[in-house]
Amino acid sequence: MSLDAETLNQFRDTVSRFVRERLVPLEDKVAEDDAIPEDVVAEIREMGLFGMSIPEEYGGVGLTMSEEVQIAFELGFTSPAFRSLIGTNNGIGSQGIIMDGTPEQKAKYLPRLANGELIASFALTEPDVGSDAGSVRTSARREGDHYVLNGTKRFITNAPRAGLFTVFARTDPNTTDASGVTAFLVEAGTPGLKLGPKDHKMGQRGAHTCDVIFEDCRVPASAILGGKEGVGFKTAMKVLDRGRLHISAICVGAAERLIHESLNYAIDRKQFGGPLADKQLIQAMLADSRTEAYAARCMVEETARRKDAGTNVSEEAACTKMYASEMVGRVADRAVQIHGGAGYMTEYAVERFYRDVRLFRIYEGTTQIQQVIIGRSMVRNALRNR
Amino acid sequence: MKVLVPVKRVIDYNVKVRVKADGSGVDLANVKMSMNPFDEIAVEEAIRLKEAGKAEEIVAVSVGVKQAQETLRTALAMGADRAILVVAADDVHTDIEPLAVAKILAKVVEAEQPGLVLCGKQAIDNDMNATGQMLSALLGWSQGTFASELSVDGDHATVTREVDGGLQTIKVKMPAIITVDLRLNEPRYASLPNIMKAKKKPLDEKTAADYGVDVAPRLEIVKTAEPAARAAGIMVGSVDELVQKLKDVGAI
Ligand SMILES: Cc1cc2nc3c(=O)[nH]c(=O)nc-3n(C[C@H](O)[C@H](O)[C@H](O)COP(=O)(O)OP(=O)(O)OC[C@H]3O[C@@H](n4cnc5c(N)ncnc54)[C@H](O)[C@@H]3O)c2cc1C
Ligand SMILES: Cc1cc2nc3c(=O)[nH]c(=O)nc-3n(C[C@H](O)[C@H](O)[C@H](O)COP(=O)(O)OP(=O)(O)OC[C@H]3O[C@@H](n4cnc5c(N)ncnc54)[C@H](O)[C@@H]3O)c2cc1C
Repeated sequence: MSLDAETLNQFRDTVSRFVRERLVPLEDKVAEDDAIPEDVVAEIREMGLFGMSIPEEYGGVGLTMSEEVQIAFELGFTSPAFRSLIGTNNGIGSQGIIMDGTPEQKAKYLPRLANGELIASFALTEPDVGSDAGSVRTSARREGDHYVLNGTKRFITNAPRAGLFTVFARTDPNTTDASGVTAFLVEAGTPGLKLGPKDHKMGQRGAHTCDVIFEDCRVPASAILGGKEGVGFKTAMKVLDRGRLHISAICVGAAERLIHESLNYAIDRKQFGGPLADKQLIQAMLADSRTEAYAARCMVEETARRKDAGTNVSEEAACTKMYASEMVGRVADRAVQIHGGAGYMTEYAVERFYRDVRLFRIYEGTTQIQQVIIGRSMVRNALRNR
Repeated sequence: MKVLVPVKRVIDYNVKVRVKADGSGVDLANVKMSMNPFDEIAVEEAIRLKEAGKAEEIVAVSVGVKQAQETLRTALAMGADRAILVVAADDVHTDIEPLAVAKILAKVVEAEQPGLVLCGKQAIDNDMNATGQMLSALLGWSQGTFASELSVDGDHATVTREVDGGLQTIKVKMPAIITVDLRLNEPRYASLPNIMKAKKKPLDEKTAADYGVDVAPRLEIVKTAEPAARAAGIMVGSVDELVQKLKDVGAI
């Protein structure tokens, strides 16, 4: 569904206010405690932020891609840990069910994902399976009308909180590539499903990942996402397409925050008889950051618009994810630089953001994998048109 | 009981206000506008009364330009049941004076028959602090102003008022006009699903003429000026010097 301009504005204003009045002041506490206070989790739930991309008929808000990125620009302005909390329910944790789930699976899970009662995780990566995601080794052996899962999933976002896991496992032992991979919906508490200890991350404290271990974990055949074997990897790739634009919008929001911090610091800080903001070398850094953030914003908006119009945007989404995540890395680096020694100290938000945004170049497809996707797509299209 | 909540569209409290070059008023062209923060508190209180089972229906009403529709949508998204927009001006710079607003509200009260009118103690744009009181006078209803606590029990309301230097608790007979102060509550954020539902809630549009109220201004604004710029500070060498300087300027 598509909203009218007034409703979207009201939406965006509300999120923007919530971010600035409630979340930004909590950033230091969340980083220090490595936890988001439960009352804030409840508030985020009440606001409906878990269900932004889930269709209205399942209790969500059903935003289009263009609308979702407008909200993501706002959410990006604060610690990515808050975004991570709602990220999987809006993105990789729910989209597979929305796109390929059976009517029963949709009815069973989507309403509880939309209101945040249930947290979803997406379990693809393994200790020996990263960028080469099609080479999944976790096995799912058929036994009558059940499957038995064995294997380990690594770095799974929100796993410590999750009630539902989309697990990618190999159902065809005679394959080693994507064609033998099937997606399963596995509920927390299923015997044989265990969690490892929380990972110690570089940044984004307050958001958690851990291993998800399957030891003879039995699930019914009805747990297969969409009810079909061997199409799991296709589902995963479709899900990542949408996720890439969402992440890109978060990168833009974070870059805008870093620029905001840098600009204010440069105006207040005086050296050599005047504000840093008056020095052209500082202005050059600010101008570069502003320009690149604006370019990424335009890429996100344009690609989202084309996706909503039904165009296949796999190549453009990869371009956008690569550019936006690399861009925010450069902007964060300049922000620390503009802050001088203060930028190296934890009292300043830019120090935290510098570490937080490093992740964006790694997950949901590393920069190199985006390059591979873009390059391969370019060559394929060129050959097709010869 | 029905609760009527008047809400005003004002310059957003985060916006730095700029006076127009000719001093005739404040520049509102392309400036972000929001619901008067005190009115948000009034809407929140009405919702809490409804949640506590003490009110059945919340009607938000706004008098002003057509764009005040957005302000009403915010009230609906927070939890008001329906809204009435009274268009009384075309130009966003036109401020309808408290007496005209109160007269229109009196007519709305006549038509709607609420048991309680909850309004902000003042609007943050012109700080008049008069509409609620004028409405009370026009209707001959009891009033409780500057409420920092409110409880409604049958045909009475108990209002704790924030007055200079302390608190005063009064009991007023219903129906009443209560104007709310900052510390009454912390307004909720509208949830995203409720923003969507608000689109489907009824919003009636009227004009000042429908109520036969003349909204022509009676006050003349002679001049609008920016606050005086803050003077530069000075560095002092010792506490003694600081004390002397403060004495010099008559601060102590
Ligand atoms: C905080 C965090 C949260 C995560 N959340 C999830 C989650 O919720 N669910 C999930 O399934 N996964 C998750 N991941 C895993 C993430 O998706 C992977 O880390 C990512 O895909 C990269 O895989 P890898 O770590 O195994 O690196 P590798 O694949 O080992 O890559 C190492 C390096 O080699 C490069 N490289 C790899 N292949 C090629 C190639 N063909 N050509 C050129 N260069 C190449 C990569 O770009 C990278 O620079 C998360 C990771 C982190 C850090
Ligand atoms: C971990 C750490 C250890 C340190 N140890 C010591 C120590 O042992 N002893 C000591 O004395 N100091 C120490 N310092 C301080 C360090 O030398 C200063 O942080 C550094 O000189 C930069 O000064 P500043 O932090 O005040 O930044 P600022 O001078 O405020 O600079 C901020 C930004 O403005 C830029 N800038 C400044 N002036 C201009 C200009 N005219 N034109 C263009 N750009 C300009 C800078 O390049 C920088 O990007 C340490 C700092 C850190 C972080």
